[in-house]
Amino acid sequence: MKRFQADVVIVGGGFMGAAAAFFLRRRGRSVILLEQGLIGQQASGVNFGNVRRQGRFLPQLPLANRSREIWGRLKELVGEDAEFLPTGHIRVCYDPNQIGVIESYAEKAKDYGLDLEILSAKAVRLRFPFIGPEAIAGSYSPHDGHANPRLAAPAFGRAARRAGAQLFENTEIVSIGKTGEDFEAVSSDGRKFFAPAALITAGAWGGLLSQQFEEPVPIAAHGPQMAVTEPLPYRITPVVGVATKIPEEVVYLRQVERGNVVFGGGIRGPAFPDIRRAYALPERLLAQVPQIRRLVPALANARIIRSWSGIESYLPDDIPIMGPSARVSGLYYAFGFCGHGFQLGPGVGDVMAELIDRGTTATPIAPFHIGRFATQTAIPALT
Amino acid sequence: MASPRIVIVGAGPAGVRAAETLLAAGLRPILVDEGRRDGGQIYRRQPDNFRRSYAALYGTEASSAENLHRAFDALRNAVDYRPETLAWAISDKRLHVVTGAWSDVLDFDALIIASGATDRLMPVRGWNMAGVYSLGGAQIALKSQACAIGRRVVFMGTGPLLYLVAAQYKKAGAGVAAVLDTSPFRLRLKALPRLMARPEVLAKGLALTWALKRSGIDIQTGIEPLEIEGQRENGVEGIRYRTRRGKTRVIPCDAVALGYHLRPETQLADLARCEFRFDSGTRQFFPVKDEDGRSSIPGIYLSGDGAIPLGADGAELAGRLAALAVLADLGHAVPESARSGLRRSLRAMERFRRGLAAAFPWPAHFAAALGGDTVVCRCENITTGELRAAVTEKGGVELNRAKAFSRVGMGRCQGRYCGHAAAEIIAAAAKIPVEEVGRLRAQAPVKPLPIATGDHGVGAA
Amino acid sequence: MLSFGGARFQRLGEEARAKLLITVDGCTAAAHEGDTLLVAILTNGGSLRQSEFGDGNRAGFCLMGACQDCWVWTETGERLRACTTVVTEGLRVLTKAPEARWPALA
Repeated sequence: MKRFQADVVIVGGGFMGAAAAFFLRRRGRSVILLEQGLIGQQASGVNFGNVRRQGRFLPQLPLANRSREIWGRLKELVGEDAEFLPTGHIRVCYDPNQIGVIESYAEKAKDYGLDLEILSAKAVRLRFPFIGPEAIAGSYSPHDGHANPRLAAPAFGRAARRAGAQLFENTEIVSIGKTGEDFEAVSSDGRKFFAPAALITAGAWGGLLSQQFEEPVPIAAHGPQMAVTEPLPYRITPVVGVATKIPEEVVYLRQVERGNVVFGGGIRGPAFPDIRRAYALPERLLAQVPQIRRLVPALANARIIRSWSGIESYLPDDIPIMGPSARVSGLYYAFGFCGHGFQLGPGVGDVMAELIDRGTTATPIAPFHIGRFATQTAIPALT
Repeated sequence: MASPRIVIVGAGPAGVRAAETLLAAGLRPILVDEGRRDGGQIYRRQPDNFRRSYAALYGTEASSAENLHRAFDALRNAVDYRPETLAWAISDKRLHVVTGAWSDVLDFDALIIASGATDRLMPVRGWNMAGVYSLGGAQIALKSQACAIGRRVVFMGTGPLLYLVAAQYKKAGAGVAAVLDTSPFRLRLKALPRLMARPEVLAKGLALTWALKRSGIDIQTGIEPLEIEGQRENGVEGIRYRTRRGKTRVIPCDAVALGYHLRPETQLADLARCEFRFDSGTRQFFPVKDEDGRSSIPGIYLSGDGAIPLGADGAELAGRLAALAVLADLGHAVPESARSGLRRSLRAMERFRRGLAAAFPWPAHFAAALGGDTVVCRCENITTGELRAAVTEKGGVELNRAKAFSRVGMGRCQGRYCGHAAAEIIAAAAKIPVEEVGRLRAQAPVKPLPIATGDHGVGAA
Repeated sequence: MLSFGGARFQRLGEEARAKLLITVDGCTAAAHEGDTLLVAILTNGGSLRQSEFGDGNRAGFCLMGACQDCWVWTETGERLRACTTVVTEGLRVLTKAPEARWPALA
């Protein structure tokens, strides 16, 4: 069998892996990117397409800001914009108790350089006349927006390949370990890939790989419930969402320039990583539509033409795993983005490339360290 | 034990005969149908206030059509008949249906899918213009509404339906400009041994073709479509094609009926996670079923043109057989003799189907020759060139991947009319066999679902 | 009569049915009881709608509720699939999206 060697081997060709491969090449590092299916086919390709910062875990905002800056330069960097539209993001609330929550968030977000406008019910209706009368306030983030998830990660993958990365699709890694200086990743058909640094960006499958380094994580796979309407005249420019504590009320929607309205939210469905499938569920779609009508009543006349799901990975604290291994030097992780990884994709790629290349990063990512899941019985770190 | 819950989707030839068979065994199925009236597409009933006779409407098939309608009339009040109802999704053993904006959930022990077929299309430059119709659509205009799709109609494509609809138009007094068949005549001779599996149908077909010829209609075989000419505002003005001798000709017309056989409506079978298998004779995927109609998923039965198009008479037999399979699987005593005759007839029809596929082949090679500006996906207005770019520049060599990159098959019709051609275009651009390109995965809803849909029935179970 | 060109569909009989009137884009159009909306419009004019993506007028395609290329609007903003809708006296439809209304609230 042929032996493949590079500076960095990346396992998992989703958005994180593809972007990391791209930014590592820009830093002059040779890269092998391994993907069990096709680039950006799972969570990266089936998500809603939110390029949203507001509402995030506050310590994640520096990373999100760095990512947002890259979103704005996508065409220059990878040759296409993945339909990124910085058209703003409005979150409305129905419950008076939520007003304090969004106000308090806006106040704190300021410290992270994210300026949000809190809008009264009247201001919401004036600015966004399509939003339903139940909205009593809103938080508007003018520089957030949305993009096409089907295009973004593959665009990074192609750009990485053009820049010299070695991409291997349909390459399932069955074992990975470190022997001597090099990590060795072995595919199901026996090909071997070697590098002194390894990055695990395998999404819902990341836990299977971290486990091989004795760093198990309590990761769970779920499927988002997504759907899209027929094309309608392009009028809803911002992403529209709901700030609420009631899971059923969580819906979000965006209109693409061609006119289709994409929506998702509500309670997530099951996903089956072993067969690489997740199924959109009609019951969940039916549970979403009353909430969509509530949010944008005029959509009642529109028709849904397609629904889908995919495999996302979640951790109990709803934040990802990102950073160096707690046990193995040269090993890095970036997976488990809990349904909010799309906006972060370019930033995660850039930060992980910096971290691997320089050993440190200017962007704080300590809260996402895998060590938070280390058990008392863990054996001392390998060197 | 509670009486088993059986749902049939489709009140065409297969669905009606399945319902009749189940009723005869003392069961009361739910019969869900999208149509306002029974009969499916081929034996579609005209509205009540139309007066044309069965003979005028259905020609040689008049008695079959009338028999089916009478059979339906007899069972209508004995089954739970739900017209104008779309089966839009399946989850486990629950069928999701919607009538207008009222949704309901039907739990079932057995589901017989008799969803019928739609026209199979190969794009031609200009086929997105007003005045171009599917061949089946042209037939519906006449049978169901007593209208012709234009003053001068060209029928283009291949297969027996091409000649049948042209003859029906001629008989009804419509202007038929030409019949342009992409299949060379010699293939018909080669396929004769298989076509002899149904001598009576072959004889009807020959008689029909002779009658058309005698009526003076220009019938061309072995042609290659080049372009439907016209304007964006006013639509079709003519058709340009290459004759079998290689000459370019233009026929002025204001309407084109286009079709290359049928493709089964397999979305429900797909959503039920049934297995599919590539049929090399017609270069498409059919859901896997056993001779009696059992799919790869227990409790899901496939019958009629919605599984493999054999025509209306084949669908009637397949509907009966699928219902007998349901009965047998539910533990009813079903005499073997009842089934063996149906199976034998269906085997002959299957031989005939293969003969037709060879005599009137799907023109896969046209896909490679399509100009880059020819629209392949009519819903999304995606050109052949854009699809090829998704293959060659983005590496989308699998159909769903190419769809994700190019939007082909992403529109309101969900790839019904572009999916097969898109697969051929990709196969040619990627230089791989079309079976490796795969098939479009079905995504609910099977047809557009109103956001106004109410949750009547949901959660009540 | 409608302003957009001549009739596309040609009636070949069954014209003894009762007549009724509908309104298409503000113009009165004659139809028969039992007509589908698609037939009612296309026996008066040449097209039903415009492609959203700039490639011109459309006049339906499959006539069996499969291609979804014949959706029109009512004047109050509802969607109708012309080939599966039966006309009723006084039905008022638009062949273009009522953009002034969508998606503002009434």
